[in-house]
Amino acid sequence: MSDAVNHSRRSFLEKTAAVGAITIAPGIMLHQVASAKPDDQPVTDAVRWGMLINTNKCEDGCTDCVDACNAEHGLVGNNRPETDTQYIRKVTLREKQTGHELSLPLMCQHCETAPCVDVCPTGASFKRKDGIALVDKHICIGCRYCMMACPFKARSFVHEQVRNQTLSAPRGKGTVESCTMCVHRVDKAQVPACVEACTQGEHHAFIFGDLNDPNSEISQELAKHGGKQIRADLKLNTGVRYQGI
Amino acid sequence: MKKIDYKEIEGKSLAYYGLLGGLGLIILVALLAVYQMEHEGHYITGMTNQIVWGMPHVFAVFLIVAASGALNVASIASVFKKEAYEPLARLSGLLAIALLAGGLVILLLDLGRPDRLIVAMTYYNFKSIFAWNIFLYTGFFAIVGVYVWFMMDHNMYKFKKKAGLAAFIWRLILTTGTGSIFGFLVARSAYDAALMAPMFIIMSFAFGLAIFILVLMASYKWTGRELGDDILVRLRGLLGVFVAAVLYFVAVYHLTNLYITEHHGVEKFILLEGGQFTQVFWIGQIILGGLLPLALIYAPGVRDSRQVLGLICGLIIIGGLSSMYTIIIGGQAYPLEMFPGYEVSSTFFDGVVSNYTPSSYEVALGLGGVAIAMVIVAFLIKVLPFLPASLADKQ
Amino acid sequence: MIKRFLPNTFIVAALAMLFPFAGTADVPLPVINEPEGEDVECVEPEDDMIRNHMNYILHQRDETMHRGIRTSRHSFAECIDCHVQPDEQGNIASIDSNEHFCRTCHEYSAVTIDCFDCHADRPQEFIEREKPADHPPVSLQQQVHQLLSATEPTAGDSK
Repeated sequence: MSDAVNHSRRSFLEKTAAVGAITIAPGIMLHQVASAKPDDQPVTDAVRWGMLINTNKCEDGCTDCVDACNAEHGLVGNNRPETDTQYIRKVTLREKQTGHELSLPLMCQHCETAPCVDVCPTGASFKRKDGIALVDKHICIGCRYCMMACPFKARSFVHEQVRNQTLSAPRGKGTVESCTMCVHRVDKAQVPACVEACTQGEHHAFIFGDLNDPNSEISQELAKHGGKQIRADLKLNTGVRYQGI
Repeated sequence: MKKIDYKEIEGKSLAYYGLLGGLGLIILVALLAVYQMEHEGHYITGMTNQIVWGMPHVFAVFLIVAASGALNVASIASVFKKEAYEPLARLSGLLAIALLAGGLVILLLDLGRPDRLIVAMTYYNFKSIFAWNIFLYTGFFAIVGVYVWFMMDHNMYKFKKKAGLAAFIWRLILTTGTGSIFGFLVARSAYDAALMAPMFIIMSFAFGLAIFILVLMASYKWTGRELGDDILVRLRGLLGVFVAAVLYFVAVYHLTNLYITEHHGVEKFILLEGGQFTQVFWIGQIILGGLLPLALIYAPGVRDSRQVLGLICGLIIIGGLSSMYTIIIGGQAYPLEMFPGYEVSSTFFDGVVSNYTPSSYEVALGLGGVAIAMVIVAFLIKVLPFLPASLADKQ
Repeated sequence: MIKRFLPNTFIVAALAMLFPFAGTADVPLPVINEPEGEDVECVEPEDDMIRNHMNYILHQRDETMHRGIRTSRHSFAECIDCHVQPDEQGNIASIDSNEHFCRTCHEYSAVTIDCFDCHADRPQEFIEREKPADHPPVSLQQQVHQLLSATEPTAGDSK
C-alpha cells in the first residue's frame, strides 16, 4: 500500500506548486516533506513536528479535540477524574485584571529540552529525533518523577489494569503516558487525531506540520503572525505554540 | 586507643521476641498493602495524577535523609577525631544502613512497576538525578558496610579513618542528591531552589541524630546496660545546634520566597491558606519540630531528664515527617503557574489546589519501611558486637 | 554408627523410591493452536521462532519505539493478528483465558510475560469497543461536560 501512495504523492507534488497543506482525503494531509517516511527507515532530525493552536478560533464549550483523542487511544474513563488519564484537556482562562476569557487545548508540549526527559532515571521518557516526546513503556518503572517534573502537568499515570487496548496506544497499569502527537498516525503521513477533528469540525484552530521546513504552513503562519509558548520563560523551546495568549 | 568492650546483646527475653514479632507484624501488613496496590493499581491509594507522590514518599525521603544523618556520630569520631564519640560509631554506621534500607524498600515497593527493578539497575539516564541517586544509595551501603567492617576488624582498624572520610563525603553527596530531586524541578513553584540541597543536609543532621539518640537510649535501657549522662549531654547539645540550623534554613527559604513576587502564591498557600498544609507546616514543622524542641533542650531544670530527651527526639521526628509532608505533598498540591494573572480551570484540575487524603495503604507501606529499619538494627545488635557493654561515664 | 542413622536411612530410601514417578506430575502439555491453512507460514522458521521469538520481539520494540521503524515482518501486532484467532465456535481467547496462544506455552514453561499489560491481546476487529459509529460523539462530549461541571473550581479551595 505504501508504494502505491508514494507514487501518487510524487506525481501530485510535481503538478502542484501549492504551499499550504492540502487535504486529499479525510485525515490524509500532504506534508511538505518530500515523501512520507518509509516504514523501514529510521526517523531523522531533518523534520521537527510541531503544532500551532489559534486560541481565537477555539470555542469554550467545544471538546472535539479531546473526544477525538479519547476515541483514538481508547481512553475510557473509569469515573475517577482524579486518576483517569487525559492526554489533552481544554483549559478555560479568565484574566483577573481585565475579565478577558479564552479557552485552549493543552497537551504535552513536546519541548526541545524536555524536563521529563532529563529526570527519567531509566531513559524511558525520551525525545524521538523528529521532536516527539514519548514514553517507552517497556522500560518505564512507574516512578512518576517525570510527572513531578513536567511544567505543563501533561503526563498521566495508569492507576488501574487496562484491557482491550487500541493498536495506536499500547498502555497499561503502572506506567506513565502522555500525548504522543499521534506518532502512529504521523509515521503514516496523517495528522494527529485532535488536529483532524478540529479541522473536520470546521473550527480550524490547529495547524500541524514541520517546524524545520520554512515553507510548511505552520512555519509560514508562525513567521507571519507569531506564536507563543506557554511558560516561555522556562526556555524549553516547545513544539506546540499558541496564538492569542 | 582505649579498649572498648563491645558485646552483642543477649536477645533472649520475651520482650525482645515480642519486639521482633511486633515489627514483623507491621512489615506483614505493609506487604499486604503493597500487594493490593500492585494488583489493583494505584487508584486505591490517595495518590492521583495531581498528587503523584504521597505518604510513602514522605516516609521514604525522611528515612533516607535521616540515614545519612545517622552516620554523623561515626563521622564525628573518625573524621573530626572526637574520641568521646568513638564507642558510638558502630551503632551509627548500622543505623545509617538500616534507615536507608527501610527508605529504599518503601520507594521500590511503591513503583508502578516494581517488577522492573532490574530495568532500573541496568538502564541509566545519567542526566537524571534519580539515576545518580541509585548509584549513591547502593554505594552508600557498600562504603558504610566497609567502614563498619574496618571498625570491627582488628586488622583493618588502621584504615578506619580513611573509610570514615570516604563515607562522610559520600553521604554529603547523597543528601545533596536527595535534596536536588526537588531542587532541580523547574515546574513547581515550591521547588526549583538551589537551597533544597543544603537544607536537606542540615535536616539530615537533626533527623538522623534524633533517631540515633532514641535508638541508643532504648537499646541500653531495654538491655539493662549502663548509659552515662556524659554522652547524652554531648548529643543533646549537638541536637540543639542542628535544630536551630534547620530553622534557619527554613526561614531563609521562606523569606526569600516572600521577597520574590513570583513566589507569593505558593508562600501564601503554605503559610496561610493551605488548610491541612498550613497546619502541618506551622504546628508540625515549626512548633513541634523546631521551637518546642529548642525550648526543651535549652530550658533549665530538664537537662538531666532522659524522658524529656526522648520527648525532644520524638518531637523532632514528628517535625521531620511534617517537613517532608509540607515539601513533597504541599509542593504538589499548589497548582502549576502556567498562566500568570489568569484564573484557570479544566477537567484535569489545573488552577485549583489539589486535595489529598492519605490512604491506609500508603501509611501502612511507610510504617513498614520504618519497621524494616528497626528490625535490621534489633536483629544485628544481637548477632554482631555493635554496642559497647557499657557507656558509663568515665571516672 | 549405622544403627544410629538407620531411621534416617529408611526415610531417605523411601523417598528415593518415589523418584521414578517425578516425571509423571500432572502438568498438561500446552495445546498450541496454530493458524489455519496449508500455505500459512510464520515469518521465520518455526524452530527459530520457538527459541528466539523473544529476541525478535525485544529488538523490534526498540526499533519501533525509538527509531520509528514500523516494518510488518516482526511487528508484534502482526504476530497477534495471525496467532490469536477465533476457534471453530467463534470464541476468541483473551490473555485472561488459559487458551490464549501465548499463555499456553508461557504458563507451561513458567516464564512470566507482561506484554499484554499494555498491548492488545487479540486483533482489533475482535475487540468490542464503543465505536464512534455506534455511539455518536455527543455521548463522549456529554461525559466531558459532566466532568467540567463536577469540578467547578472554588477560589482558595483547601481541605
